[in-house]
Amino acid sequence: MRALHHPPARKLHRFKGGIRLPGHKSISTERLIHRLPLTGKYVVPLRQHIGSAATPLVRRGDHVLKGQRIGLPQGPLSTAVHAPTSGKVIAVEHRPVPHPSGLSDLCVVIVADGQDESVPMPPIDWRKMEPAALRQLIRDQGLVGLGGAVFPSHVKLEPPPGRPIHTLILNGAECEPWITCDDRLMREHAAEILEGAAVMRHLLQAQEVLVGIEDNKPEAIAAMRWAASSMSFPIEVVAVPSLYPAGGGKQLTYTLTGRETPSGGLTTDIGVQVFNVGTAYALHRLIHLGEPVISRLVTVTGHVLYPGNYEVRIGTPVHNLLRAAGGVLRESNGLIVGGPMMGFELADDHAPVVKGVNCILVKDPENFPAPPPPLPCIRCGECARVCPVELQPFEMYWYSRARDFGKAQAYNLFDCIECGCCSHACPSHIPLVSYFRYAKSEIWAREHEKQASDRARAQHEFHLFRLEREKREKAEKLGKKAGERIDSITADDPDAARKQAILQAAIERARLAREATQARNTDNLTAEQQREIAEIDRRRSQRTAPPASPALGSGAPDESTVADATEPPTADPSSGASSSPPLPAPTEGGRRP
Amino acid sequence: MTGSPFIQRERNSVQRTMFKVLLALIPGVAAHMLFFGPGIWVSLILCSLLGLALEAGMLTLRRYPLRPFLSDGSVLVTAWLLALSLPTLAPWWLYTVGMVFAVVVAKHMYGGLGQNPFNPAMVGYAVLIVSFPVQMTHWPGLIGHVPHTPDFLESFMVVFAGPGNLPDAYTMATPLDDLKTQIRSGKTLLDSLGMPIGANGQMVAIMFLFGGIALMIKRIITWHAPVAFLLALACTAWVLQMLDPGHHAGPIFHLLYGGAMLGAFFIATDPVSGCSTPLGKLIFAGLAGFLTVIIRTYGNYPDGVAFAILLMNIAAPFIDAYTQPRVFGHRRGKRRQP
Repeated sequence: MRALHHPPARKLHRFKGGIRLPGHKSISTERLIHRLPLTGKYVVPLRQHIGSAATPLVRRGDHVLKGQRIGLPQGPLSTAVHAPTSGKVIAVEHRPVPHPSGLSDLCVVIVADGQDESVPMPPIDWRKMEPAALRQLIRDQGLVGLGGAVFPSHVKLEPPPGRPIHTLILNGAECEPWITCDDRLMREHAAEILEGAAVMRHLLQAQEVLVGIEDNKPEAIAAMRWAASSMSFPIEVVAVPSLYPAGGGKQLTYTLTGRETPSGGLTTDIGVQVFNVGTAYALHRLIHLGEPVISRLVTVTGHVLYPGNYEVRIGTPVHNLLRAAGGVLRESNGLIVGGPMMGFELADDHAPVVKGVNCILVKDPENFPAPPPPLPCIRCGECARVCPVELQPFEMYWYSRARDFGKAQAYNLFDCIECGCCSHACPSHIPLVSYFRYAKSEIWAREHEKQASDRARAQHEFHLFRLEREKREKAEKLGKKAGERIDSITADDPDAARKQAILQAAIERARLAREATQARNTDNLTAEQQREIAEIDRRRSQRTAPPASPALGSGAPDESTVADATEPPTADPSSGASSSPPLPAPTEGGRRP
Repeated sequence: MTGSPFIQRERNSVQRTMFKVLLALIPGVAAHMLFFGPGIWVSLILCSLLGLALEAGMLTLRRYPLRPFLSDGSVLVTAWLLALSLPTLAPWWLYTVGMVFAVVVAKHMYGGLGQNPFNPAMVGYAVLIVSFPVQMTHWPGLIGHVPHTPDFLESFMVVFAGPGNLPDAYTMATPLDDLKTQIRSGKTLLDSLGMPIGANGQMVAIMFLFGGIALMIKRIITWHAPVAFLLALACTAWVLQMLDPGHHAGPIFHLLYGGAMLGAFFIATDPVSGCSTPLGKLIFAGLAGFLTVIIRTYGNYPDGVAFAILLMNIAAPFIDAYTQPRVFGHRRGKRRQP
């Protein structure tokens, strides 16, 4: 047995900024994981990951089995979706989903038959499989980052060409207050997590495996160290200081290795890949139990009768989960999906638990009082002192508010990880992160528009060029013909050439008009993209409307926690911009200029 | 409903910050009262009331809600800083003119809280010293060095009704004034420092130092500006003294007299009109400290803190733009001007 109580000393690196937060963890962490009994209805969204949505494989009336694939991955950045139990598909339609925008999305609605009859789930001998086939399998079994970022894991498990991954980091930091599902999972399933890590290590060809856990979870650290001691390869379990956002992928990488991920890059740029411990556990189940991702651990905490951690089938409506947790106590004032720092408010508790939901936090007025009205920024710099990315949030705020997005970008707006430290610390109570999300989505929307107009302009210019060329060619041809048949033209029909020219011009005009209506190049888009564009247009036209509308997140990448947030910055401008409902036209403290 | 985060730091507001600053000024005020008489309270109260009234008037004119903006405490900080910079027992209209320029012109005409490019208290002080140099140099003498020190009621009468039939000799020249006149009249420094300028006067500055250190401990201000300001001030004074010991006072003198300590901890640290990056604060306050000694030595006015700060206020946004710290994950050594 390796040195259990004397792990090798590792020099830890402290990232700048960060804040200490009251944990509120003990209220949900002391009870064993409770498996939620079957409920009557499951709503399974086809987009539960970053990237393109899966296409439905079932129709209304179909009978499905537990673990049956019901959504087919589309393209390289997508994963499959599976039925959480056996039953009948009663609808494939748009339903409310847990998303900051509050929009609905395409879901498969299954009424359980109570049999919980499963498709055959053979365990997989992963050591004998080709890496590519194994990744394909992981994609087809629907594995995504379960820390909240829901980035498809098969993509992250492929070392980028020419960039070997030397270090695999398991993220068990769980730095957000209230959330305890990773803590509980590590206490109860440490060995299984490390079994999953073994597969990850194999696929990445990583030499070093580290587990980062905040030092406020001594039981989890002990359990993981114990499990690590009996693994066939060295695993170092490191206690990191409890300092929010220690669980941000780039922050944890820095804490453990002292290396900064380049701006705009990924941790793989410095040879590190980060996975949430929950993802490793799901990978273990996928390999050794042959089970696709049809359940996950969810912390139900806050103002609820039995706070705790629940093993929940994907698709379970949130209100069913809350009922199983004893119900919401009186005087609660709303639900948060994820933690209080990076989560979002859930408007409709009929929305289902999806792969990215790690916590349902029931608010109460005492712990979550209404924020005081904001005062003007006095440039005190507290936001800059707590920023883990070492930004100057107040400068970004001034420029975002003035809608000078170019300047906001020059102050490195896109390095912001939206961790919320600045808003938390601001003595003027300014919702800084909301301004930054707003500025980002505006920039994305403008970028999108600019691309569309650039395409249209190029098309139009080529069209003009072609008209010119055709006219020239026609003139030449006419000139030739005129030379040959000048007598016959004048004899037969003196107006023929002129008529022909008029006719040609009319046809061209019609074609020009037709192309002008298609200038935004929307003819090749999917229905989904067209809906998103319509959404952007609607939002942008409402931008000058009164500032009553919610200021919500910019989209999927940073949904609920910073744990496992190592996906690339949203590559697709439309998906980032589309999901953002309007931020109030920035005003505060009355009517400041 | 706004987005995350849904929790905010407890007991944290602009109001609390401002009242902590006021609290940190109390030791200096107490020392002032102990050694110069209770007249300081008259000017503090008068300036505070004027400040609140002017703020309320301006907020009403600008149609801002009164309660949040009047209770943020920022105008009281301005009022106290101005009152502590002005001579006590000066006529009431001197304070009034100063506060009008500080609150109406320097603060609200530039957009109110958080928007003023110049420190309001220093604008008020600069206007007064340029316009009313005589009244600005009538400081009450140290207790024990003047025949009579007015009590609170007498101070009140002096401010609002003039000296009346009080014994005339309750004022005396400040050390900085003294230094200036002595050197102008051709005497050397040894003569001027030989006279009893009163070691007790230094206690006020030392109390401001303690108050400032308390603000640092409470993390209201950072060390950058005060350290840079005092260090630059002392170094400049030291170099000048080395060059010509006969005509230049040393670093200790410059540190402990005039507005140096007040300026270092309470004015150079003003976040609104000063710099906000760590390096920017060092440059801003360092140059202000240097300019203070230069203005004291070669300028027409006895103290140079106000002018030095105002001059640097002009440069603050420029300095900030060129001293942006490196962002996590960006290349080291490469500073990009935004």
